[in-house]
Amino acid sequence: MKALLKWKWGRRTYAQQKAAWGVIYVLPWLIGFVLFFFVPLLASLRYSLSSIQANAQGISIQFTGLANYIQALTVNTSFNRALIESITDVLVNVPLIVIFSLFLAVILNQKFPGRAIARSIFFLPVILASGVIMALDSTSLIEAVNQSSTGGSALGTFEIENLMLDAGLSEWVVMYLSGAVDRIYQIVSQSGVQILIFLAGIQTISPQLYEASKMEGATGYEAFWKITFPMVSPLIFVNVIYTIVDSFASNAMTTLIRDTGFVKFDFGLSSAMAWVYFVAIAVILIVVSLIFSKRVFYQD
Amino acid sequence: MMISRLLSLEQWKSWLWSVVRFTLITGLSFVILFPIFQKISTSIKDKSDLYSAVVVWIPQNFSIDNFKQAIRVMDYWATLLNTFALSATTTILTTLSCALAGYGFARLKFKGSNLLFAGVILTILVPPTTILIPVYLNLKSFDLMGLMTLIAGKPVNLLNTYWPFILTAITANSLKAGLYIFIFRQFFRGIPKEVEEAAYVDGAGISRTFVRIMLPNAVPSIVTVLLFSFVWQWNDSFYTTTYLTSSKVMSTQLSSLPYNLAQQVSDGASKADPFYLSMIQDTGILLAILPLIIIYLFVQRYFVESVERTGIVG
Repeated sequence: MKALLKWKWGRRTYAQQKAAWGVIYVLPWLIGFVLFFFVPLLASLRYSLSSIQANAQGISIQFTGLANYIQALTVNTSFNRALIESITDVLVNVPLIVIFSLFLAVILNQKFPGRAIARSIFFLPVILASGVIMALDSTSLIEAVNQSSTGGSALGTFEIENLMLDAGLSEWVVMYLSGAVDRIYQIVSQSGVQILIFLAGIQTISPQLYEASKMEGATGYEAFWKITFPMVSPLIFVNVIYTIVDSFASNAMTTLIRDTGFVKFDFGLSSAMAWVYFVAIAVILIVVSLIFSKRVFYQD
Repeated sequence: MMISRLLSLEQWKSWLWSVVRFTLITGLSFVILFPIFQKISTSIKDKSDLYSAVVVWIPQNFSIDNFKQAIRVMDYWATLLNTFALSATTTILTTLSCALAGYGFARLKFKGSNLLFAGVILTILVPPTTILIPVYLNLKSFDLMGLMTLIAGKPVNLLNTYWPFILTAITANSLKAGLYIFIFRQFFRGIPKEVEEAAYVDGAGISRTFVRIMLPNAVPSIVTVLLFSFVWQWNDSFYTTTYLTSSKVMSTQLSSLPYNLAQQVSDGASKADPFYLSMIQDTGILLAILPLIIIYLFVQRYFVESVERTGIVG
């Protein structure tokens, strides 16, 4: 009886009330999490281990063990290629996007005429970058003609390539950099959110730090490496993770998974592919976190 | 005095940097704006200008025929209304539910709340493709633990309705909702405890404190989440093309635009010129993003400022 009374609202302590309200506040999310995330996640795992037949009664599920995984990895012609392509794509693009967005955030944080306009232009891709628009753009004939009329690569990197090779840079580095220049639109359009995050981070750094370093005679270059960079290093981690997750959200791999599921109606195979894909992403994220957790500077 | 200034290395360096910075920013702005300008230029061209070597940017014969065609094929006004209704509804519901969850996780700790927050992070990390099929099948015969069978006699098909979006939005599980919960949690963690305690001492309960004190303070993060959520829902092709195959919203219309164009724009028996179709397609894309650009023009200042104060930075 005493325990029961304790559960009455009035008798509760502030902390207990807070905890109870906490449950209420989180409850909508929790219901959605179970209904639209957790149960489907388990179901997907189960589908990936089964053969699924759709019939008049609905669907029948038969346990087949790892057959779908074996089929995805050894029989299916496009799976391995799409998987490796997606992963390489991310590994190539992530450093470029993160470095590029940090650089731009530093620039956009400086005072210069037209700063407000520059900022709003650089955040425009946050709004425009979208799956359909990008996909349609790449099939657009008019774009293709315009591209070819400017001579293959949009910015004419050929001369710069030769210049860098002559300067004695290794071919691999040159190809990476010139590839980056060719993909500049892709990189710019994928770094809107990252620029925002870095810019927000840079603006929380106390100006006194810069003042003090200036008094001591540090150049802008030194101030960047000794102050800005360590202070935003936790955000580099955040941005790396965000970029990885974001670029894995839609690419050749997800298209393949969807087509297998909704065009060929092979739900089992599609789920198996999705799980291999998820595990690949998880491994990459874990490795990245391990690398970063050692080097990130935290103020506390 | 003047001479020493001119000779000062520092001065020269800062000038040089200004020039480099200006070139860089102008160049990159150009890269971003170029496709939009190109689309505008294409959209106002007449068909006859397409093959004219003289015309590069400014057309010889202005024409709004492309717009007329694109508006007709996309059923633009109805589509615009549908997309707006869908995006606005999910945006408001998502922001509300995510604000609640974010506050719950930040300030109303209970047993196991850290474990549940790990669940939020998990929803960000698992690609939506992984759970797409079960969710799809679930929505196709939606049966809330047998509840729907009790009421309606059989499971309900929620596909091609707005219900999947509304239900996931109410329950803070819509598109990228994990990120929004994270943003809100970071922000609410940053508000000093004293504010909350003062409200409590003055006799406000927890929900009253939340509505009267916390939410008004959270305007920057609310604006950020509203904008992200609206824009990403507007552009989303992943969920809309799966759940809303026959409804007219912008992204489904856009993804079926090439097909619809080939079907509906042809000169009698002969197949339509692919370049001409591409021209209308570009106009269609422009029409689809135009409302977003207009909204952005009005809110961009507020947006940029608010994100800087959001507390995304923990």
